[in-house]
Amino acid sequence: MVVDPFDHRLRRALQEGLPLVSKPYAYLAEQLGVTEQEVIAKIEEFTQQGLIKRFGMVLRHHELGYSANCMVVWDIPDMEIETIAQLLSDEACVTLCYQRPRRQGWPYNLFCMIHGKGRDLVEQQLKELIERHQLSYPHQLLFSSKRFKQRGARYV
Amino acid sequence: MSEHRPLRQESVVLSDLERRLINAYQGDIPLDPEPFMRIAENLGVTSEEVQQTLRRLLDKGVLTRFGPLYNIEKADGSFSLCALKVPEHRFDEVADQVNGYAQVAHNYQREHEWNMWFVLATEDYQELEQVFEDIKTVTGCPGLNLPKQTEFFVGLKLQA
Repeated sequence: MVVDPFDHRLRRALQEGLPLVSKPYAYLAEQLGVTEQEVIAKIEEFTQQGLIKRFGMVLRHHELGYSANCMVVWDIPDMEIETIAQLLSDEACVTLCYQRPRRQGWPYNLFCMIHGKGRDLVEQQLKELIERHQLSYPHQLLFSSKRFKQRGARYV
Repeated sequence: MSEHRPLRQESVVLSDLERRLINAYQGDIPLDPEPFMRIAENLGVTSEEVQQTLRRLLDKGVLTRFGPLYNIEKADGSFSLCALKVPEHRFDEVADQVNGYAQVAHNYQREHEWNMWFVLATEDYQELEQVFEDIKTVTGCPGLNLPKQTEFFVGLKLQA
């Protein structure tokens, strides 16, 4: 894939966040040697393409009081995975949901992340949702005890 | 409603405006020549107050960035969630080894026999497999390489 130099430079410039000036798009445009309208149109395009998932506050969970971060892994029959994944994704406490391959010694194929304000709350929420949907599948809770390295999603 | 409300002891205290900004603008920054003015009008404050508040949230470390959340997988490159089973007494040593790789993005300790979880980000899948094999060899720990097969849509629901 050939990336247009303007695309690349704009992505990189935006990686630092929107400049905190009254006309940030004009400011970026001047730096990149294009027009304000071109900058705005390109951000719209990135968003439509899905390259930008969302354009807003990129927050740190922990500093917001979401101190408990639990990865819940499930062993779901392949035939049911779509249905169960959708059901979990619709739950208010679930912030990410992925299907991943099983491995030898690792039978879990569905991963969801739950962020909560405390471990007890996360456990309680999970218990409630398991009861409510009668989810009898094998699962495990992997709470994080330490964050060693966190680099925002950067790719240029 | 009080002006300041502590969330938890170890987290930061947010002002009313900080909380309103966080809850209203996790997406959809206005694509208008003066976005801070549009936000200010919506929240009933001034454009300067919005900019100052964002600056403060960045300084406090609550906010990583006011801008795009990129879907890195739409860009070039390969990504995978990997895990290692590390003996407890070697954990810090192995964490240093793993974090020394430029291809390692996040790294979390989790309470499980598979106790180290990190994301590998490389140019292509071949490099990813090489780095993964190399990490297993260097650390001497068993590993799991679990690239995403499907991502299910989850809306955004964080509340400050």
